[in-house]
Amino acid sequence: MTQPKTHLLKTGVLIIGAGVTGTGLARDLSLRGIPCILVERKDFNAGASGGNHGLLHSGARYVVSDPSAAVECQKENRLLKKLAPQCIEDTGGLFVAVEGDDENYVADFAGLCARLGIESEAVEASEARAAEPALSEKIMAAFKVNDAAVDPFKLSLENISHARQHGAVFLPQSQAIKFDCRNHQIRAVLLTDIKTGRHTTIETDFVVNASGAWAGEVAALAGIRLRMVYSKGSLLVTQSRMAGQVINRLRRPTDGDILVPGGTVSILGTTSVRIASLTDYRPTVEEVDQIISEGAMLIPALEDTRFIRAYSGIRPLLDAPASDDDRSVSRGFALIDHTAEGVDNFATITGGKLTTYRLMAEKTADFICRRFDTPRPCRTQTEPLPVTSDGRWTEPGLAPRFWLQNRNPDDVILCECEMIPQSVVDSVVQSIRNQGAQTNLKSIGLRSRIGKGPCQGAFCSTRVTAYLYDQGLLDARHGIEDLKTFLDARWRGQKPLMWGSSLIQAELQEAMHCGLLGLELEEGS
Amino acid sequence: MAQSETIHCQLMVIGAGMAGMAAALFAARRRVSTVQVGLSAEIIYASGLIDLLGVHPIEKGRRWRNPWAAIAAVSKSCPNHPFARLSRNDIRAALDEFIGFLATAGLPYRCYKDRNADVVTPVGSIKRTYAVPESMWRGVMAWHRKCPCLIIDFHGMKGFSARQIQSVLKDRWPALRSARVAFPDLPAELYPERMAHALELSRTREQLAAAVRPLVKDAKMLGLPAICGTYQTSSVMADLQKKIGVPVFEIPTLPPAISGLRLKNAFEQSLPSLGVATLYNKKVIRVQVDGRGHLIFDIGAREKEITVQAQAAILASGRFIGQGLTADRKRIRETIFDLTVSQPSTRQHWHREHFLDLKGHAINRAGLEIDECLRPLTADGRPAYENLYAAGSILAHCDWMRMKCGSGLAIATAYGAVNAYLKHR
Repeated sequence: MTQPKTHLLKTGVLIIGAGVTGTGLARDLSLRGIPCILVERKDFNAGASGGNHGLLHSGARYVVSDPSAAVECQKENRLLKKLAPQCIEDTGGLFVAVEGDDENYVADFAGLCARLGIESEAVEASEARAAEPALSEKIMAAFKVNDAAVDPFKLSLENISHARQHGAVFLPQSQAIKFDCRNHQIRAVLLTDIKTGRHTTIETDFVVNASGAWAGEVAALAGIRLRMVYSKGSLLVTQSRMAGQVINRLRRPTDGDILVPGGTVSILGTTSVRIASLTDYRPTVEEVDQIISEGAMLIPALEDTRFIRAYSGIRPLLDAPASDDDRSVSRGFALIDHTAEGVDNFATITGGKLTTYRLMAEKTADFICRRFDTPRPCRTQTEPLPVTSDGRWTEPGLAPRFWLQNRNPDDVILCECEMIPQSVVDSVVQSIRNQGAQTNLKSIGLRSRIGKGPCQGAFCSTRVTAYLYDQGLLDARHGIEDLKTFLDARWRGQKPLMWGSSLIQAELQEAMHCGLLGLELEEGS
Repeated sequence: MAQSETIHCQLMVIGAGMAGMAAALFAARRRVSTVQVGLSAEIIYASGLIDLLGVHPIEKGRRWRNPWAAIAAVSKSCPNHPFARLSRNDIRAALDEFIGFLATAGLPYRCYKDRNADVVTPVGSIKRTYAVPESMWRGVMAWHRKCPCLIIDFHGMKGFSARQIQSVLKDRWPALRSARVAFPDLPAELYPERMAHALELSRTREQLAAAVRPLVKDAKMLGLPAICGTYQTSSVMADLQKKIGVPVFEIPTLPPAISGLRLKNAFEQSLPSLGVATLYNKKVIRVQVDGRGHLIFDIGAREKEITVQAQAAILASGRFIGQGLTADRKRIRETIFDLTVSQPSTRQHWHREHFLDLKGHAINRAGLEIDECLRPLTADGRPAYENLYAAGSILAHCDWMRMKCGSGLAIATAYGAVNAYLKHR
């Protein structure tokens, strides 16, 4: 039997999964001078890191259910505002109770915050409504907190950039398919390139499983059974920004109780639905209706506003004794040393949340340093996250400002909703190539605002495709396949929101892509 | 108090898309006094291609060479499809009359009569249709013969890449080449409307021809995006052909496109001269029935400006884009008469999980049920009004985007509705 030809690499630490935890860990390790390779089956933030609110918690949300997580959030919130300000909009937040909400919860809130050292300040209902006119008239209590909005895509891109500057290697579209285990050690990990099928073997001293909801599948490569619970949370994006601050419902966390600003839009969430498998999860009509009817109690205009997209993320939760609601499973994180299960150089980092990603990376790197008996101090506590061009174009409103400033008449706008010119697509493509990822509509969309406006890619997808052919980045029938894949990915988020003007938009999209172009009948490459 | 104007007519046509335009045309040519109301701007989203029937059954993706055989198959297997309510002779007569009218309005079309035509699209896919603007016909020939051909595009014109078309089709059409030139005398970011306008000037054509001529080489034909003039396409193309030295054809561009604008202009100029009272950019605000059963419409852009009293009406208000239908989170409604809309039970069933699922989305088969006279029916199967007919995409059971039957169905049902009105009045 012939072995497939493989490419061989060597490293100190192999990290599996390029969500915020994995990218944060790559940065942390490389700043400590520890060589590492970050591998990812898809592209960065493909799981929960790309499917969340973009909320930088003040900690107030967890004062009742999870005090230790609340304190971690509060500390990390302060640190990230200082060290990664380019990824954060310091909006502030409000906790608001409306008539009929649990008065005991409201009564205990300020005291619990104070006890944990989490800042909160009671404000009059009239004051809260003056600051946020969209709030319901039925407010009975409001508290100001230090919540903020964070762009998880920019955050991961900056982490990858900084890690690469310090020698880390990023391998997207590379799936770990086999561990070579001998004498209680993983000696090497076999990767396959998802697109080309080419194999790479990485000899490594240590493996970190940072694959989020897929942690169980990765652990299984080492013969380790990790019991995971999958909780799907779905979120909705409004066409325009509904509030200046983060608005939380002041009650025990449940569906549709938080609205987070995200640049020019707001993000409303979330649900918690236990799912059995990760093969195909998507937001449903039932979830959408539930989120809107709950959210409208806090912000009545949500009942009539236009939503442009829905999406889902999976909360990776370690299986715990039965609980009525997965939101009450700890949001704290777990670092699992697999020595006890017979593998000495393998750990899983799981759970947690976006706000505490840096801390999770720090604790994991500390653990690795202890394991190798090479104490090296963490630098991410003090060193700012550098602003790089890789993370630049995720920011809403930046492309039009850039275009207006430059006023280059040859720099044609390709995406009219978000005003993205050719030169920005060039810059994003350059960044994709530097990172070794595939250039296609999806990877461009992940690193920019392409496809994120009201047309949801119906028009810009064909224009960007034409541009990529002109640049020689697409050939033969690959562009047809790319367009079909991109439109189908966008559809996941459009399907449950189709009424009113979104339905008109969807009909226009189908008239163009099916009625005129007949894409449904075209073979890909 | 100011009294608003009242217009009396025999027939009110609601809608200014393909079906509304066709209904107003057929009625006016039969000396029916006709008022037409609707947003004519919508027709610029029309591709300019007249589909008749290209695909059936959609879940199998079966493409038909002969549209009449396809219509016979649909009529047999989908007795509720609007085509099943019309005779083949009527459908053919409708298309002949419509296409004949367009020729007199300066917008000639070509078709094979008993065969569908294949058109190359701007993404390099092949679109099956029935009649195409004369300006695009040579493109149908060029693809059919795979003859040596050059497609030109322009610096700064987005969404149209000759290289893309060439690259996608290179295996099937090796003699196709592409090239890019600068468009004469326009700013860098090009819009089709301005390009079309510019090409109506002889000087622009001369400059364009000079830029293209050295690139032609062995090419037997030259393809351009659809920008060859808004009003004088035939003479613009004849002159370009003379100056460049090979036959020239247009390739459709993505909507909103010049080919839609040409239709809009043709109808907006011709229908009033045929006697249609056109109330474009206005809509029906309210409808009532008087003691004699006539329909009384309040019409205006936002508020009532004009009253129209009509003996009968044809509802050709389209689907969601045309705002003939609207949907909230619970159900789909017809916007003017609140007619019964045949539809899936809940929103969960409106769309499938995958956009390009060959089976198509159930919502695209929702719409109005009709009787043999094309009158919309109530839930218990009776005509909602004795004197109300419906035509075009608002009808149930025709997924026009997947079956590729949009314009043909609009024209044929408009014809059927006008004839039914004439028979019953």
